[in-house]
Amino acid sequence: MSLVGAAVLRKEDPNLLVGRGTFTDDLHPAGTAFMAFVRSPEAHARITGIDTSAAADMPGVHGVWSLAELSLGEGEGIPPLPGVPGLERPALADGVVRFAGEPVAVLVADDRYLAADAVEAVDVDYEPLPAVASIPAALAEDAPLLYEPVGSNVVFGIPWEDDAEAELAAAQNRTSIRLVNQRCAPVPLEPMVILADASAEGLTVHVTFQAPHHLRTKLAGWLGEKEHRIRVIAPDVGGGFGSKINFTPELFLAPLLSRQLGRPVKHCQTRSEAMQLMYHGRDQIHDVEVGFDDDGRVRALRNMISQNVGGYPDPNGMGMAVLTTWMSAGCYKIDKVAAGFQNVVTNTTPIAAYRGAGRPEATYMIERVMDLVADETGLDPADVRRRNFIGPDEFPFSQPHAEAVHYDTGNYEAALDKLLEMLDYDTLKQEQAARRDDPDRPLMGIGMSTWVEIASFGPRGSLEGFGHLGSWESAKVRLQPDGSVVVNVGSAPHGQGHETAFAMIAADELGVDYDNIIVRAGDTETMPQGIGTMGSRSVPIAGSAVKAASEKILVKAKEIAAHLIEANPDDLELRDGGFGVIGSPEDHVNWQAVAHASFQPGQLPEGVAAGGLDEQVFQEVPNFTYPSGAYGCVVGIDRDTGEVRVERYVLVDDCGTVINPLLAKGQVHGGAAQGIAQALYEAVVYDDAGQPQTSSLLDYLAPAATELPAFEEGRVSTPTPVNPLGAKGIGESGAIGSPPAVVNAVVDALSHLGVRHLDMPLSPEKVWNAMNDNGATS
Amino acid sequence: MTEVRISINGESRDHDVDPRTLLVHYIRETRRLTGTHVGCDTSNCGACTVLLDGAPVKSCTVLAAQADGAEITTVEGLATNGTRSPVQEGFRQKHGLQCGYCTPGFLVAATALLEENPDPTEQEIREGLEGNLCRCTGYAMIVDSVRWAAEHPEGHVPTDTAGAEVAS
Ligand code: FES
Ligand code: FES
Repeated sequence: MSLVGAAVLRKEDPNLLVGRGTFTDDLHPAGTAFMAFVRSPEAHARITGIDTSAAADMPGVHGVWSLAELSLGEGEGIPPLPGVPGLERPALADGVVRFAGEPVAVLVADDRYLAADAVEAVDVDYEPLPAVASIPAALAEDAPLLYEPVGSNVVFGIPWEDDAEAELAAAQNRTSIRLVNQRCAPVPLEPMVILADASAEGLTVHVTFQAPHHLRTKLAGWLGEKEHRIRVIAPDVGGGFGSKINFTPELFLAPLLSRQLGRPVKHCQTRSEAMQLMYHGRDQIHDVEVGFDDDGRVRALRNMISQNVGGYPDPNGMGMAVLTTWMSAGCYKIDKVAAGFQNVVTNTTPIAAYRGAGRPEATYMIERVMDLVADETGLDPADVRRRNFIGPDEFPFSQPHAEAVHYDTGNYEAALDKLLEMLDYDTLKQEQAARRDDPDRPLMGIGMSTWVEIASFGPRGSLEGFGHLGSWESAKVRLQPDGSVVVNVGSAPHGQGHETAFAMIAADELGVDYDNIIVRAGDTETMPQGIGTMGSRSVPIAGSAVKAASEKILVKAKEIAAHLIEANPDDLELRDGGFGVIGSPEDHVNWQAVAHASFQPGQLPEGVAAGGLDEQVFQEVPNFTYPSGAYGCVVGIDRDTGEVRVERYVLVDDCGTVINPLLAKGQVHGGAAQGIAQALYEAVVYDDAGQPQTSSLLDYLAPAATELPAFEEGRVSTPTPVNPLGAKGIGESGAIGSPPAVVNAVVDALSHLGVRHLDMPLSPEKVWNAMNDNGATS
Repeated sequence: MTEVRISINGESRDHDVDPRTLLVHYIRETRRLTGTHVGCDTSNCGACTVLLDGAPVKSCTVLAAQADGAEITTVEGLATNGTRSPVQEGFRQKHGLQCGYCTPGFLVAATALLEENPDPTEQEIREGLEGNLCRCTGYAMIVDSVRWAAEHPEGHVPTDTAGAEVAS
């Protein structure tokens, strides 16, 4: 029986369900001390003095350091964190702080309570500097500069190559809009935790991180240590969503201070720290112009993106806008697309990847544009989309405006059809009209989003630009003497279900019982190299590596099996937990005998080395994959309060081959929850002086079960030819496709009042103002 | 230092604790029961939920000293004789967890919810778990998991022939 495609229960769960998971903070080696940061209350300031003496004298405090007091040894200074050349972030503030919460000193104490006390005892003098906290403020003529030598707050940009003016002018109609994709906090439920132990030989780091090998390489370079003396382990990781892949100070300082103090050093971010220090996502403004004909055909699109990269440009953050330009045309054929961007520094937390990373912004833009075109032409939004789709027979499809973008497969129209059918669209439209006329019932709106995203980050060069060693992913499959299987993968999970998915793939390939397969990840000692988990690359690329390594095992195993039963390898098939001769039911040998023999040179055929059922594959893929889908949202709006309730939510996904529908469903739900939350609830807010207004879960509204809907799911399947599994990846889909579906629904509900657009998040106040014409519409 | 006697999952122990020690840190660090997690510092996330004399509390907002003399149940105490409780089995059957960080808090809160209301509607489940945040699941399958537990008060483990259990 084939397991791929079955709703197999997770291997991960038994431990997690009884409290036997191992998260980094669960580990307490003897002698562990706690590291804590003194953080700046100012968003932009010069540091004029740091007095650490009172804190250093407190009993139980092992040391307090400002940047000047830290050293790698023998008077060597501390290199900056990986970053944009010339604008790198120092490990601790270097004379100037550029965002509120930026660490200016670090200390280590016996326990977390003492460490918190000691933080209070450090005295720092600041000379406040004028701050900028938003893109418009940073771009204003006389704006204070974050980096004087740059001469501007724009640190990097790519203008549109051709501004599409001629095509815009030639279209029958044109319109423009400014769309704001607000700043969001990733909020993995487990904040950042690191436990570094250099008290014995070498350095062992347990850390809540998405790419352990990547961290090992960076640590080695930073600390001047050899990679073979560093072991990085990501044990159970409590969510990441892209946030646990950035190089932030604690990752470097805990190992450094452990080495200096000769004892394990642990750092556990509090939630309030995580809200300020974990790099945020999104924060783009799009100035969009679109030219279209009366029949809804979009002729030209110009999108100039301004991205707020925060106080220090992080390389991951800088790259987000590139992805946004690439995906600006969505699943449509638009004659002319011009997309460019500028990265702007402000006195706010740096920006980096957050679930979807650059694609949610593109999708939000183009899917809002489709609704605007529908609004202006008087056509139905479904029809406008249909008229602009890339057709199912047009794949592979290269987007002319973006050299790297070649859509693999898709059937956008089928997904839309499925969505409309599941929604029962025509009936809903009638219901909407009826509700508009009934003042006792909430207003109703229907929104859709037909989206495509770019996933499976694996083609050569796609990750090297972000400092990774390669874009491949690795898998190592090893038979034990009893015929059981250990699979190691280089991509380290944080809740996606790798153990389950990869065991299913190996079980199918090898014909070994699922229960006899164990999957290990997240440890640089067990895998020679790996890249990491992000951008839905694990199943498509690491899964393909598992498949390929299993295939290699099979070739050798067949030779051994054939030797054992004196048959020809070509006559063997996988059967009944072993190998059998085709057409001959008696001639059979089980995996256990084959694996056992593989360790006994006397049992092996000529030319087969002992212990050879052990294969590793570095899998590359020739292209990205392009998951797509159609999401539909029905909202009800309370006429008295402006509160938006999601009444129905339909998810039609095409992620190609589904390995395990349970895992796929989990990933889509989680993504959709984050996407709906971006549309309705979440926003990182700063005041004009750069003071964060959302520094805890009290004032940042991560939704609970009462805020989110039940999900209805449909599926379209166009497997990708890019990898042998046909899998496209699904980790970010929900977060990418959802925000426009929800916003389109709310705008649809209010369209009869003349509302054309509302910026996210759609708080009751904003919606109420729009309903009551209080100037909130734009 | 304050002396406390706290029983966790049926085992009572005496300890001297710093009076400001939070119950969650006492449970995790003094008692080494690390299933109870910390996700926030504002009692918003519910990852630290335990039963205190049978009632669900957020152990990050209770001092260990306040729990002196109390009977605590943590996630480690939900299974009996190595068998998952119906709620634990429900989360497994319905894929109610991904990273698993929020899970202990949800399991404890759901156990208390079903104790009070053995046959909750979807809306009652959602309201009952309002104090717990999950960032991975979107909650729909957590709701299904709790429903499963309500429908299988004895717990139940279906098996499959291929060596892999499939969802029921
Ligand atoms: S840790 Fe207690 S509620 Fe979040
Ligand atoms: S499963 Fe990750 S937070 Fe709930």
